[in-house]
Amino acid sequence: MASIETITSDDNQNRLAPKSQMPTKPGQKRFAAGPFILTFLIMACFWVIFSGKFDAFHLSLGFVSCLIVSFLSSDLLFPTALKPALIICWLRFVGYIPWLLYQILLANIHVFYLSLHPRMMELIDPQIIVFESRLKGDIARTTFANSITLTPGTITVNVTTRGKFAVHCINKQSGQPLPGVMEAKIAKVFKE
Amino acid sequence: MESVFIFAGIYLGMVMLLSLYRAVIGPTILDRLIGVNALGTKTIVLMIIIGLIYHRVDMFVDIALAYAMLNFIAVLAASRYFQKRKGLYDEGTPDMPLKKK
Amino acid sequence: MNITVTLLLICGLLFFTGGAIGIIRFPDFYSRLHPAGKLDTAGLTITMGAIALYTLTPFSFEALITALKIILIAVFVFITSPTATHAIIDAGVRAGLKPWRKEIDPDK
Repeated sequence: MASIETITSDDNQNRLAPKSQMPTKPGQKRFAAGPFILTFLIMACFWVIFSGKFDAFHLSLGFVSCLIVSFLSSDLLFPTALKPALIICWLRFVGYIPWLLYQILLANIHVFYLSLHPRMMELIDPQIIVFESRLKGDIARTTFANSITLTPGTITVNVTTRGKFAVHCINKQSGQPLPGVMEAKIAKVFKE
Repeated sequence: MESVFIFAGIYLGMVMLLSLYRAVIGPTILDRLIGVNALGTKTIVLMIIIGLIYHRVDMFVDIALAYAMLNFIAVLAASRYFQKRKGLYDEGTPDMPLKKK
Repeated sequence: MNITVTLLLICGLLFFTGGAIGIIRFPDFYSRLHPAGKLDTAGLTITMGAIALYTLTPFSFEALITALKIILIAVFVFITSPTATHAIIDAGVRAGLKPWRKEIDPDK
């Protein structure tokens, strides 16, 4: 649904002026070459992996369809213009992934232990805690929320637009260290 | 190696029966949704194991990928649909007693 | 190689078993999401890694393509599983399900 809305609003951006969802500078960002080429390359990689055939017919089919798709929806994958700062940000995010994988392993072992424990009812004490976060950007908040969901004993319930997080914890001590280390790491990744 | 995959498939089927219990019995609709989501995740693995048993992994992988996407979209659509429903917790259980207002 | 694949497969199936038992044993909707969201993802990732390793053992180009597809399935589930978990828990909050507490207070 989001893609249809974006495509139509891209087509008549100057006349209809959609409800302030799109960037409010009509005519400035008409066609950006960088996101287009990057989207095309990603789509072509996926086409080659998924089709697995290398004759001229299949490759030309893939070329045409990747061209159409990346022309229509390159502004979905990269909503802002490509800046070098964004690419450095992604590189730092790749450095954040191993720590996240380690936390996921800890989380799995913790939940596995809990769900097979014979006196499970005495160990758990579910509660919802609310705290404020100092992260500002949308992507930073989304990453923070998904990381909370993946780490031990906590699931993000709700995030408001002013940065208030509601988190469901399985017991008291798993909710204790929450806004600490992970928020600092994400703030370092996204330079806030 | 064949027999390892056959036993893994049978065992995975038994685990899926456990998830099916939650999908059938579950007190609220959203509990059933959790059960269906867990079933779908196990079905992906089961499909690829079946492909390994029949020596047609290259075909079953595509089906499993399509099934993964379909499972995700189905769960999203169902949870968006049922969040408007009042009377979700009409089916009270001893685990979660019916709150009278 | 076969021993490694078997060990990984058994490890993934153990995680699946823990997830299924956790879904049955936990007391309410919110805490059931903890095993459903985490253990299933971990089990699928480990099992998919084992199967990709087994597919690659007589190395050929088709085997490489198939293993890449299997890894892509694992990455896809890894990205979408927190989103699905969040969608379900959001539906629960909006429908007004009360979380289960250990000691039930007489008044809120």
